[in-house]
Amino acid sequence: MAPAFEYAPAPESRAIVDIAPSYGLFIDGEFTEAADGKVFKTVSPSTEEVLSEVAEAGEADVDRAVKAARKAFEKWSALPGSERAKYLFRIARIIQERSRELAVLETLDNGKPIKETRDADLPLVAAHFFYYAGWADKLGHAGFGANPQPLGVAGQVIPWNFPLLMLAWKIAPALATGNTVVLKPAETTPLSALFFADICRQAGLPKGVVNIVTGDGRTGAALIAHPDVNKVAFTGSTAVGKEIARTVAGTRKKLTLELGGKGANIVFDDAPIDQAVEGIVGGIFFNQGQVCCAGSRLLVQESIHDELLDSLKRRLSTLRLGDPLDKNTDIGAINSAEQLARITALADQGEAEGAERWSPACELPSTGYWFAPTLFTNVTQAHTVARDEIFGPVLSVLTFRTPDEAVAKANNTPYGLSAGIWTEKGSRILAVANKLRAGVVWSNTFNKFDPTSPFGGYKESGFGREGGRHGLEAYLDV
Amino acid sequence: MPTTAPAPGLADVTASDSTLRRFLHGLPGVDAVGLEARAASLGTRSIKTTAKAYALDLAISMVDLTTLEGADTPGKVRALGAKAVHPDPTDRTAPTTAAVCVYPDMVAVAKEAVAGSGVKVASVATAFPAGRASLAVKLADVREAVAAGADEVDMVIDRGAFLAGNYMKVYDEIVAVKEACGTSARLKVIFETGELSTYDNIRRASWLGMLAGADFIKTSTGKVAVNATPANTLLMLEAVRDFRAQTGVQVGVKPAGGIRTAKDAIKFLVLVNETAGEDWLDNHWFRFGASSLLNDLLMQRQKLATGRYSGPDYVTVD
Amino acid sequence: MSDARLSVFKTYKLYVGGKFPRSESGRVYEVTDSKGKWLANAPLSSRKDARDAVVAARKAFGAWSGATAYNRGQILYRIAEMLEGRRDQYVAEVADAEGLSKSKASLQVDAAIDRWVWYAGWTDKIAQVVGGGNPVAGPFFNLSSPEPTGVVAVLAPQESSFLGLVSVVAPVIATGNTAVVIASEKSPLPALSLGEVLATSDLPGGVVNVLSGRTAEIAAPLAAHQDVNAIDLAGADEALAKELEIAAADNLKRVLRPQPVDDWSATPGTERLTAFLETKTVWHPTGSLGASGSSY
Repeated sequence: MAPAFEYAPAPESRAIVDIAPSYGLFIDGEFTEAADGKVFKTVSPSTEEVLSEVAEAGEADVDRAVKAARKAFEKWSALPGSERAKYLFRIARIIQERSRELAVLETLDNGKPIKETRDADLPLVAAHFFYYAGWADKLGHAGFGANPQPLGVAGQVIPWNFPLLMLAWKIAPALATGNTVVLKPAETTPLSALFFADICRQAGLPKGVVNIVTGDGRTGAALIAHPDVNKVAFTGSTAVGKEIARTVAGTRKKLTLELGGKGANIVFDDAPIDQAVEGIVGGIFFNQGQVCCAGSRLLVQESIHDELLDSLKRRLSTLRLGDPLDKNTDIGAINSAEQLARITALADQGEAEGAERWSPACELPSTGYWFAPTLFTNVTQAHTVARDEIFGPVLSVLTFRTPDEAVAKANNTPYGLSAGIWTEKGSRILAVANKLRAGVVWSNTFNKFDPTSPFGGYKESGFGREGGRHGLEAYLDV
Repeated sequence: MPTTAPAPGLADVTASDSTLRRFLHGLPGVDAVGLEARAASLGTRSIKTTAKAYALDLAISMVDLTTLEGADTPGKVRALGAKAVHPDPTDRTAPTTAAVCVYPDMVAVAKEAVAGSGVKVASVATAFPAGRASLAVKLADVREAVAAGADEVDMVIDRGAFLAGNYMKVYDEIVAVKEACGTSARLKVIFETGELSTYDNIRRASWLGMLAGADFIKTSTGKVAVNATPANTLLMLEAVRDFRAQTGVQVGVKPAGGIRTAKDAIKFLVLVNETAGEDWLDNHWFRFGASSLLNDLLMQRQKLATGRYSGPDYVTVD
Repeated sequence: MSDARLSVFKTYKLYVGGKFPRSESGRVYEVTDSKGKWLANAPLSSRKDARDAVVAARKAFGAWSGATAYNRGQILYRIAEMLEGRRDQYVAEVADAEGLSKSKASLQVDAAIDRWVWYAGWTDKIAQVVGGGNPVAGPFFNLSSPEPTGVVAVLAPQESSFLGLVSVVAPVIATGNTAVVIASEKSPLPALSLGEVLATSDLPGGVVNVLSGRTAEIAAPLAAHQDVNAIDLAGADEALAKELEIAAADNLKRVLRPQPVDDWSATPGTERLTAFLETKTVWHPTGSLGASGSSY
């Protein structure tokens, strides 16, 4: 039986974005082909449609980009901070102007719902540039000495889960502090970075200050290993992060890493239960769970386990999965076939190890990469789904009896990026937050981000902070 | 059919002042920011074309078309009744509203105006809107409305007693009013959420009202600064959902005051759909207490039918 | 007759978990002064000593990081007090170790004592300097606070056997970390003696653990140790530093690379404090404001 109130499709118009059939590398203010002419295709994960063909940068191209950045560094770093600030303010404003276009583009290339790109990604991108713009002429007040200096050329490698937001997190503080950048977007989501190149053009940013080299892991490796790069910033998997740490060992390159996580969302029996359910859902199903700080482990106090699970399942049954451009879609596509395979394998392993699997009734589109929201109950610390980062819409439910047990289980992971606490008791929030080994603790909320709020991990979730005053440090010679 | 007393399991909750207080204060807390964020997020649902046509008609059918003014006259009430029966004089396919809502002394006039149409007559009572009168006066108010033929009684709770923590007093009063309603009138219990001030209080009041036998729980009188909001209505929808899950008894929800546009009304319907569920998508279980809302719903309905925007001259003034 | 009195030698031992064990290896190595004259035998620490020291440091971390900043400050100040009382001993040891005149060695020891005082004062201020509230664009209270990274392996400077040592150890523990320290390979005696002061300064056992021996041999297992959170490479040469940094990547230790230091007596900044701090940011809704009906 069809539901009484069937929302008719409400697709956001695709016409607002004009994707060219091919894109070059953005080096020294120009789009150029790769030296060896190599290209790769980028597809829309929800339809598998080829969106465009993009140049694949090799070592020679990376070298060209680094040289351009080096050349631009001299003038850029010598500009008065107030002038650099104005460039960044311009960029922030142009992003606001073009935000609907960029939201649609991001949704096409990434597969995430338009609701998220429109209401979360793009507003945060603009806000991030706006925030760091204001720092450019105030660095002497940031607590890093009277006249902190930029490092030089920053090599930045970003992931596919928040392509434009991660670009903003990398480029805004780098430029504000007077560095120039060579940025490599993820192989599966290169387009928004290339559109950003056009925004740099519109803003009149001096050529060579921002360079975009597209490609796969080899391009990223070449960038990080380049001897004339002074700063390496990476967001991505812990395995790659370790490889990068080895690569820069023994050099003077400053390194910041924002890596994986296995965040625990702890729900006590006195939690504001309806809001906790929303927080759990947002914590693991936002962006299809492809979030490093996702609350992928639900730690629920035993006394409310059944009640909470009932509420959670009821709520999951209202999630709408489908066309990411539909404004009513809650769950979009998984970013790539490769990621879908990984999620599928880990979920299958969870089942094989005896955890109980549940998904709401949910029809998956026939083309594209899709994975239904999934819960695992009867999970223990020993299960793979409780230990490995799945990076998908899969929640592992564990129980605890006392606050001490909750803290012990939450911390029992090599990761340390995020955690959530749900209780109406203030002192319990503070006591538990104090003991959690995680860089971001959300209490009675989850997955909140702000340019003023430092973000980053403990332990194998990486080091350094992005956002806020703290985020400047990564790009200053201090 | 009016509902009856709460199901077993919750009976001893109202055994004494202290058990009632313990129960109400044991309800889960409400985080204001999270609640409002959820309501706002549901407000971004995009309801278009066929879904919008369905929603507009459903919303019209849920309106308690209201006039609660000192200046109300039989003429005014008759006009309101006529509008409730035929909301759009140019389009007889428009559904009737759920009810007209008037003061007790206007019930008889209203009854006559809507006779045979299926439109109900609701009457406010219990010293509306302040609720500051003796129980005897309040009950007399109710009996008079019921005797005049009111199908529904919209009572106000004693907010003073509630805020002072005299939950049992509020409970007893609702029980007494419910009894005065007899079997013929359904009881809507108005909390005046704007005066209860906190979401925790709204949740407690919702459960208190349902325990006492309310057929509907209603946000507000429309006479204070803050009336129905998406957040307080969402919270009450959660309460009726949870109450039915626990007792099997279904209770209706009526946001009242401040809902003026079709766009707002559709957002409330989305809240209903995604919180309480489709069992509540019916005017037996969900109402809008409003006066100006109806015209905007009608104009949007005309726009959907004709493709051009309508204007206030093409709907009737009340 | 006093000339004929045979002096009592000190047996230098490791300082681990608040105790003074010999090396698990049962081996020692000869420590000489700058002119090659025998001073003492120092324990030659093994991988197992390193392992035991990490266990002790981890065990101490909870209570030390959980102690109030005021309490930590008082204990660091107490260390200065204890050192002051044994000043002559350290002057002699530093003079021997570094081949300094007594007056130059005195300057080193005085600066080292003053350094404890400097860091004692920092314990309850660093959070105010590097942490604070963040004005997020929404109804949330948002606070960033520094927290200690955990167990820190410290390769003490090779040349400055005492002032250099104190300059790298004090900032690590001031903020609540615990430390496994590898003393200067050539001049370990002042570091081993420091253990005696630490043991009598109310510093809980395990907060600082001092190992002596071959720096490269002890550092390798520490750099690779999965339960060590950070490493200070002050005492490593370029080749060793690179090797250790690579090993440290296995669990993404925070690495403080060696930097040339001309003058350990210069007033330090906060860099060594912040190198081993994590920033934790806690969010909480504030309750909404505005006309939405209810605010709480």
